[in-house]
Amino acid sequence: MSDHEGTQAGQLPIELILLRQVASYLDLPVFLVDTEGRLVYFNEPAEPLLGLRFDEVGELSMVDWLAAFRPADVDGGALATDAVPLVVALREARACHAVLTISGLDGVRRAIATTAVPIRGQGGLLGAVALFWSAP
Amino acid sequence: MKVVLWGTRGSLPSAGPETARYGGNTACAEVRADDGSLLVLDAGSGIRRLGAALGAVEGRVDVLLTHLHMDHIQGLGFFAPLFRESGEVHIWGPPSITADMRSRLGRYLSPPLFPVRVRDLGSRLVLHDAPEGPTPIGPFVVEAALVVHPGPTIGYRIRAGSRSIAYLPDHEPALGARDFPASGCWTSGHDLAAGVDLLIHDAQYTADEYASRVGWGHSSVDHVLAFAKLTSVGRLLTFHHDPGHDDDTLDALHQTMMERSGVPVEPGREGMSLTL
Repeated sequence: MSDHEGTQAGQLPIELILLRQVASYLDLPVFLVDTEGRLVYFNEPAEPLLGLRFDEVGELSMVDWLAAFRPADVDGGALATDAVPLVVALREARACHAVLTISGLDGVRRAIATTAVPIRGQGGLLGAVALFWSAP
Repeated sequence: MKVVLWGTRGSLPSAGPETARYGGNTACAEVRADDGSLLVLDAGSGIRRLGAALGAVEGRVDVLLTHLHMDHIQGLGFFAPLFRESGEVHIWGPPSITADMRSRLGRYLSPPLFPVRVRDLGSRLVLHDAPEGPTPIGPFVVEAALVVHPGPTIGYRIRAGSRSIAYLPDHEPALGARDFPASGCWTSGHDLAAGVDLLIHDAQYTADEYASRVGWGHSSVDHVLAFAKLTSVGRLLTFHHDPGHDDDTLDALHQTMMERSGVPVEPGREGMSLTL
């Protein structure tokens, strides 16, 4: 949108708004990023796995959430940024599934399985969404 | 900039003595720049009278469609400039990933629903997908964006000189929102409406009616008041009145709105003219 006098940060695409609304009703962890990989939302079921409520975390750049969650493979080896499913979904515009570990913001490392999918609207790529759950 | 309402009703034309004051024609508004340039917002049944009022005026007419639900296009086949061989009509509407505008309009403007096909209209017809970014149309700058309503639906923000309006006749920004209105960045239509001088917005339902019509694509009066406050508009004009709401019902509804609104609010009436 163009110069809107006296308004706050720009509105997100309608597809992301509706995804957030749906995610807020799901009993399934959902993690939503925009085209830059900026974390814009995760829902309540994601909170036990990520270690904090979204309201306490707020939006994070991709660099910051990668640094915070420190994704690693199941053996504990650091995961290359380009191998993180959400990053793959954004950069390669394809779905990606992986089992990995993350460090929650409460300091606890947990194993998760995640599937990330790019979000495409009529205007092209709008972001990506990761669904995830505790891995056995 | 001047705005004239030619149809304020939602969903279905509702002519009758009980709707005479607010009008029974479906969505159509005329927007004029100071130099007389014309934009037509939607092509509900109200566009027939607008077309007649334009007379034999020559030159380009731009029609901005928000979506292709019947109450927003049913007047196209009765819009005189479309049949004038010397006329040039540009129709803008929401893009689709499945079919172009000509095909989609042709589903209505063809037998058995209508006797005349799009290709048989006499004017020079130019069809456009509404642009995402600010786009000049004559002296106007027009922006469009998808909004919450079933099927591809856009709202418009229109600026001419220092004045601006937003037109969101079919809009359910509260759909699924747990905390409506949330922040502007999480609210459908926010950037279209933010700070405009005049917001023309869906106000189809009472709060009680909305409870049983969630997902139908429209707002309750409470939602539109909250949306107008969030977007800090200068003035709110309610629109897309429910076909089941007679004049007395709308009088009462709007009296309540005016008492509770944080911004100046008026009910949209067919024939109403506003100068910004």
